[in-house]
Amino acid sequence: MSAIRELAARRSVVVCCGSGGVGKTTSAAALAVEAAALGRRACVVTIDPARRLADALGLGELTNEPRQVEGAWSGELWALMLDTKTTFDALVVKYASDPAQAERIISNRLYRNVSGALSGTQEYMAMEKLHELHTTGRFDLIVIDTPPTRNALDFLDAPRRLTKLLDNRIFRLLIMPTSSYLRAVSAATQRVLRTIARVVGAEVVDDAVAFFEAFEGMEQGFRERAQAVTALLADDATAFVVVASPRRDATAEAVFFADKLVEAGLGVDGVIINRMQPTYGDGDITVPANATSALRTLVENRNAFDALAQSEHAQLNGLRGAAGDAAIAYVPMLLDDVHDLSGLDLVRAHL
Amino acid sequence: MDTAGFCTQARVLIVAGKGGVGKTTVAATIAQMAATAGLRALVVEIEGKSGLGAAFGETEKLNYDERELAPNIRARTVTPDFALVEYLEDHGLRRVSKRLSKSGALDVVSSAIPGIKDILVLGKVKALAREDPADLIVVDAPAAGHAITFLASARGLLDAVRVGPIVEQARDVDEMLRDAARCQVVLVTLPEETPVNEAIETAFGLEDRVGIQLGPLVVNGVYPPLDLDVGALDDAGLSARDADALRAAAEFRLHRQELQAAQLKRLADRLPLPQIVLPQLFTSAIGAAEIKQLAEAMERRVAELPTVSV
Repeated sequence: MSAIRELAARRSVVVCCGSGGVGKTTSAAALAVEAAALGRRACVVTIDPARRLADALGLGELTNEPRQVEGAWSGELWALMLDTKTTFDALVVKYASDPAQAERIISNRLYRNVSGALSGTQEYMAMEKLHELHTTGRFDLIVIDTPPTRNALDFLDAPRRLTKLLDNRIFRLLIMPTSSYLRAVSAATQRVLRTIARVVGAEVVDDAVAFFEAFEGMEQGFRERAQAVTALLADDATAFVVVASPRRDATAEAVFFADKLVEAGLGVDGVIINRMQPTYGDGDITVPANATSALRTLVENRNAFDALAQSEHAQLNGLRGAAGDAAIAYVPMLLDDVHDLSGLDLVRAHL
Repeated sequence: MDTAGFCTQARVLIVAGKGGVGKTTVAATIAQMAATAGLRALVVEIEGKSGLGAAFGETEKLNYDERELAPNIRARTVTPDFALVEYLEDHGLRRVSKRLSKSGALDVVSSAIPGIKDILVLGKVKALAREDPADLIVVDAPAAGHAITFLASARGLLDAVRVGPIVEQARDVDEMLRDAARCQVVLVTLPEETPVNEAIETAFGLEDRVGIQLGPLVVNGVYPPLDLDVGALDDAGLSARDADALRAAAEFRLHRQELQAAQLKRLADRLPLPQIVLPQLFTSAIGAAEIKQLAEAMERRVAELPTVSV
C-alpha cells in the first residue's frame, strides 16, 4: 500500500491544505472514498460552495450535517458542506448561559460580521466542525478540505482568534466594573475609543461594546474548545496533506505551507500533486528524413507535452525538498475533468 | 481596436478570477502590452504573493515601494494592513495608529465593519488613479469568490454604516467602481467546467452587486489549434512504440481541444462579452519571455475587437 493510501487506511483525521484551484476538494474526496473502500467509516468535509463535490458524489446537495453517499464500498462514505454561520450559532447556543444571552449575541452586528465568513471565521468553524464530528465517534476517518486562504495556515490560528478577540484588553476594561484603578485606565481607553469613533463612526464602537458585554462569562468555554481543537490537530492520528499543482506559483505556495506545518511542529505527512502533464514514450522520437508534415506535426505535439512535463518536474524540486520524507503522489491530468465517482476512482488509482 | 485605445478605456483595470486561472499572468500581460504600445503601466498587487515579480524574472517579493519590473512597467503592493495604517495617518492619527494596532483594537474595528480592509485597499487604488502618472493601473485582485466580496465591500458598508469619514471613503470607491471610464473588470478563466461556471457566476454577481463595467473575458491556456492526423502514422516507418506514443499524445490533445471548444462556446453563450483567448504555453514557469509572447497574442486578439466607445 502506498504511503498516501496508508493515511486513508490508518489515520483518524486528514487535513488537506493548498492554494485555490489545485484540486484540493477532489483530493479530499478521493481519500475518503479510498477509506470507505477499505471498510472504514469515512466523512469528507468540504468548504467548496460549488456543487461539484455534491454532484460527483451523486448527492443533490450537501448540508451542514453529514449525508451518506451510496456506493460499492464495504465501509461508509459521508459528506458535508460547512456552513460557517450555522456552525458558529450552534457554538454560541452551546456556551450561552441561557437562550437570552445566545439571542443577544446572535443579533449583534459585530457578531453577524464575524460569523459571516469574514476574518478567518470559516477556518475557525472548519476546525470546530472537525472537532464536533471527531467527538461523536461516528467516523473512523474525517477528511477535511481547508479554505484557500491568503494566509496559508490561518486555520491553525483560527480557534485562538476569537479568544484573542474576547481577551482584548481595551474592551475588557471597558465593560469591567469600575474600581478606582480601572477608572483611571478607562479614561485612556475612552480616549482610544473616541479616536476610533471619529474614524469609523460611533455606531461601530457601540456594537463592539455590546458584543463583548454579551459574551461575558462565555470566554472560558470558547477557550477550552480552542485548546481541544489545537490538541486534536497535534495528535499523532491526525495527518496533514499538502495539495498542489505543478505550476510555479502553486508549488511556491505549497512549499510555504509545508514549511509552516513543520514550523508549527505538525509536519507534512503527504503531498498530492494534481494535473501533472502525462508523457508519451521515452526520449527523442526521430522521424525519417522524408516524413510528411502531418507526421512532423504529430511529433511536435508529443514533444510539446514532453517539454511541459519536464518543466513541471523541474518545478517540483523545491517542493520535494520541503516535503522531507512525506509520501508524494502524482496525479496526471486526466482525459476528462473529474465530475463523478468513476472520476474519483481514477484519481484514487494514482494515490 | 488598437492596443493603446484598449488599454486606456478605463484608467483602472481590475483583473479578477478564481485561484489558479492565471490572474497574475494576465495582469502582467496587459501591462506588457500597454508598455509595448508606449504607455506607462502600474501594476498593483493585493495579496503580497511573489508571482508578479517572478513573471518579469525578479526573485524578490514586491513591497509597498514601487519597483520598475520592465521599461514602462512599475509594480507595488497595496495590502489591507498597509492601507489601514496609511488611512489613519492621512486622517491625522499618525500617533495613535501604532498604539491602536498594538492594542489589538484595530482587529476589533476591522471585524466590526464589513469589508473595511477591502474598502481601504480600493481607496488606495483610487488615490493612485488620481495621483500616479501611469496611463493605466492594473490591479491583480484577490482570488474569487473573494472578487465579489472585495468589490462589493463599498456597497455593503454604505448599507450598514451611515456616517463617519469611512463612509465618505466608501462612497468615493463606489463611485469609481461604477464609472466605466475610470474602472473596469477583466475576468480571467480557464476553458474548463468549474472555472467557466465560476466566471459566469462572478460576472453576474459583479453586475448585480457592484454595477461595475465588465471588460473582455480572458481565457487562459487554450491549446493553439494543431492539425493532428493520426492517419499519418500508417506506413510512416516508425517503431510500434513510437507510433503508439504519438497516437496517444494526439488523442489526448484532440480530446482536450474538444472539451475546451465546448467550454468556450458555453462561456460565449452565457456571457455576451468579447473573449480574448491566450494560448497554452508548454511550460510551468512563466517568465519575461513568455509574458512578451502572451502580450503579442493578446495584441492580435485585441486588434480583432470592434472599437467601442464608453
